[in-house]
Amino acid sequence: MQTDLITELRRQSEICNACRYCEGYCSVFPALHRERAFAEGDLTQLANLCHNCRGCYYACQYTAPHEFDLNLPKALAEVRRDSWESFAWPAPAARAFQSHGLAIAAATVLGFALLFAAIKALGNAGGEGFYAALSHNAMVAIFAPAFLFPLASIAFSLRAYWRHVGGKRLRLSHVTAAFGSVARMRDLAAGHGEGCNFEEEDRFSHARRYAHQAVMYGFLLCFASTASGTVLHYGFGLHAPYPFFSLPKLLGVPGGLMLTFGTIAMAWLKLKADKNLADAKAFGGEMGFIALLGFVAASGLALYWLGGTAAMATVLALHLGAVLAFFLLTPFSKMAHGFYRLAALIREEQNKQA
Amino acid sequence: MSTPHDIAIIGGGNAALCAAITAAEAGARVLILETAPKAYRGGNSRHTRNFRCMHSGPLGPLVESYSEEEYFADLMKVTAGKTDEALARLAIRSSEECLPWMEAHGVRFQPSLSGTLSLARTNAFFMGGGKSLVNAYFRTAQALGVEVLYEAAVTHLELADDQIAWVDYTHEGESHRITPKAVIVASGGFQADTEWLTRAWGEPAKNFLIRGTPYNRGVVLADLLDQGALSVGDPTQCHAVAIDGRAPKFDGGIVTRLDCVPFSIVVNKNAERFYDEGEDVWPKRYAIWGRLVAAQPDQVGYVIIDSRSLNLFMPSVFPPLKADTLEDLATQMGLPPAKLRETVEGFNAACGDTSGFHPTELDGVATQGLTPPKTNWARPITTPPFYGYSLRTGVTFTYLGLKVDETAQCATENGPIRNLWAAGETMAGSILGQGYLAGYGMTIGTVFGRIAGREAAAYAN
Ligand SMILES: Cc1cc2nc3c(=O)[nH]c(=O)nc-3n(C[C@H](O)[C@H](O)[C@H](O)COP(=O)(O)OP(=O)(O)OC[C@H]3O[C@@H](n4cnc5c(N)ncnc54)[C@H](O)[C@@H]3O)c2cc1C
Ligand code: SF4
Ligand code: SF4
Repeated sequence: MQTDLITELRRQSEICNACRYCEGYCSVFPALHRERAFAEGDLTQLANLCHNCRGCYYACQYTAPHEFDLNLPKALAEVRRDSWESFAWPAPAARAFQSHGLAIAAATVLGFALLFAAIKALGNAGGEGFYAALSHNAMVAIFAPAFLFPLASIAFSLRAYWRHVGGKRLRLSHVTAAFGSVARMRDLAAGHGEGCNFEEEDRFSHARRYAHQAVMYGFLLCFASTASGTVLHYGFGLHAPYPFFSLPKLLGVPGGLMLTFGTIAMAWLKLKADKNLADAKAFGGEMGFIALLGFVAASGLALYWLGGTAAMATVLALHLGAVLAFFLLTPFSKMAHGFYRLAALIREEQNKQA
Repeated sequence: MSTPHDIAIIGGGNAALCAAITAAEAGARVLILETAPKAYRGGNSRHTRNFRCMHSGPLGPLVESYSEEEYFADLMKVTAGKTDEALARLAIRSSEECLPWMEAHGVRFQPSLSGTLSLARTNAFFMGGGKSLVNAYFRTAQALGVEVLYEAAVTHLELADDQIAWVDYTHEGESHRITPKAVIVASGGFQADTEWLTRAWGEPAKNFLIRGTPYNRGVVLADLLDQGALSVGDPTQCHAVAIDGRAPKFDGGIVTRLDCVPFSIVVNKNAERFYDEGEDVWPKRYAIWGRLVAAQPDQVGYVIIDSRSLNLFMPSVFPPLKADTLEDLATQMGLPPAKLRETVEGFNAACGDTSGFHPTELDGVATQGLTPPKTNWARPITTPPFYGYSLRTGVTFTYLGLKVDETAQCATENGPIRNLWAAGETMAGSILGQGYLAGYGMTIGTVFGRIAGREAAAYAN
């Protein structure tokens, strides 16, 4: 990892440790106050506990032009990105994608192209509905590896993270407590439950928390929709397209809507927020990722509405191409933060219970 | 130039904001003139941490109760009786209704904290500290239509007979004159004016560090005193503590405090001890060390501890100097090495049985036959590495200020100034003649800020 980023975060953490005014804002501070000296792993762990809500920045009497020049949200964000890059496997891919919206766009286009090519090459697949465009077997052949590769990659990365931060053996209580804070996004509410300071200086608002909830739960619903489709397909011989009153649709339509609106809101908030309080290098990559995620959702909805029309094959290729790109990029894009954050929260539970 | 504003408030700290909000809620059109740029708004208030509050039962984050009598007794202890009892009791009594008022105007408190249990009963801690309090008040004030002008330095209030006729200030390089109906002064003390401090204290004051804002230079205070406004307090009195000698000249704030003295010996630049380091736990004796260090040559002190004590106090913002021998440490700190060894060995020899050593309470582990003695936590300094910090006097605020009555109104010898009120540090000397009680500065500012806002609005409407 980059020593200059680590050194800067250590400098700032030591100032915070002598101050302690922000103790109540989020789980970063109690974790910070437990240490007197900060090893690299400690700082990485702190960085992954931070939500970039900016509460501590606006509350700080030492921000520039003060000579102490505190900007903790930024210092944490930079170490966080750097840590993901160095834990990611295979590493070069991570370096390319975390910071580059362009690379994400390129991967997406590649995904589309692949799908179009497959559809063209296989000709009419002979099936019904979507499968007329691309046979079920072809879809599985393309998507199974695209799904398994990221899982393996993330598993490698998390193992590296876990070692780096000195993680111990897991216990159920660690995990349940960590999921508890994720489910409510407690840290995004700032200690007093009024949200974060994201889009308009020191004003507290829940906008980012709600947008993020919409994205997260929207994504989980879409994922559940796909999973239920798989079960129906293999378990019950029921094939797509499904009617509105079916599990895949009842999960997928609200999920898709939440994801679409959630990503639009996230992008809008990001544009309003002060870029100087985040990792400037990650902005393009994060925006690219949000756009991709939003496109996955919107194209999925479009596919539902246009499924019976001549546009279907095109929309299908666009949607599946985006999904493909999304899966392949998961270990190297902002999507990875969910896994790291969960790991960090579990580690924090271990520290608290120790 | 005439003005659409009823009330001009000078300053942009806690007292000014409490006054502005109260006056605006009473329907007055309020203008805040703050000399600092936006990033430094909030004066010393942005460095604060807590608010001392009377309460007859659990209140907000405060546990149990804290009565007027107990609060007043605590105040008498630190001021040695130099207190205007009527005003002090007014501040104490009103503090109870302030806490819900603060919450209603956006201030958020920490739930009772770890590590500060002894204060959980008497002091309410701001979540995020004083800057978040100031931010919340600025938002509230602006939502009420209060206008805020940053980088607006008030230079003169014209006192004509028994009222302020106009206010002069500079903004963006230009001078302006306004004629509000009423004026509230909340511009703090004069501690950031080193020359004034030196006039009051003598040459040593040049070596003092100023813990808070560089903008509290007493311009308006001096201007009013020159025109015959009544004053209180003694120019040589101020709240001063011993802080890390490496702190910046201004605005180092809370992080420059050092809590290591009780576990150390403190020597001057000649490597001689000069006071009982173990007199009491540090927060209580913290304030006296500012004066003790100020009285030493070059106004510096040096704290010496060994590795056994390093983790017994709050982490410091700058790492200590570190050495394997006392001589090496002395050289790093610019102390005479042989003399330091002699002082440490003399101290070590005077330490007796240390089995009762207890870092968090007065343990009575004392030296025998040493002058000055160390009456608690006296444990030999023997285990390398050795660590050292330098100490300097850090001024919090000065006590010379404007004399006010129970309505926060200012006066001359001829009686009240009809349209002038004062709140906060600038009149705190009316109550605090000496010493300081943690959290009382914000109490005075909140209580008298609200009174001043109410009275000025009543006058202006
Ligand atoms: C490091 C530190 C920690 C402290 N901690 C606590 C604590 O925890 N609890 C507590 O109760 N007290 C604490 N205090 C004391 C407390 O800060 C003061 O008692 C309180 O803030 C005074 O508020 P005020 O509004 O009177 O002054 P300030 O907050 O200092 O506001 C004065 C304002 O006036 C402005 N000003 C000055 N001159 C002019 C001019 N000519 N024209 C226009 N504007 C001008 C300044 O820029 C400033 O904004 C602390 C002080 C320091 C330095
Ligand atoms: S961010 Fe600033 S106010 Fe908050 S704990 Fe750190 S130094 Fe203190
Ligand atoms: S930005 Fe928010 S989440 Fe991150 S350290 Fe600061 S207060 Fe905590």
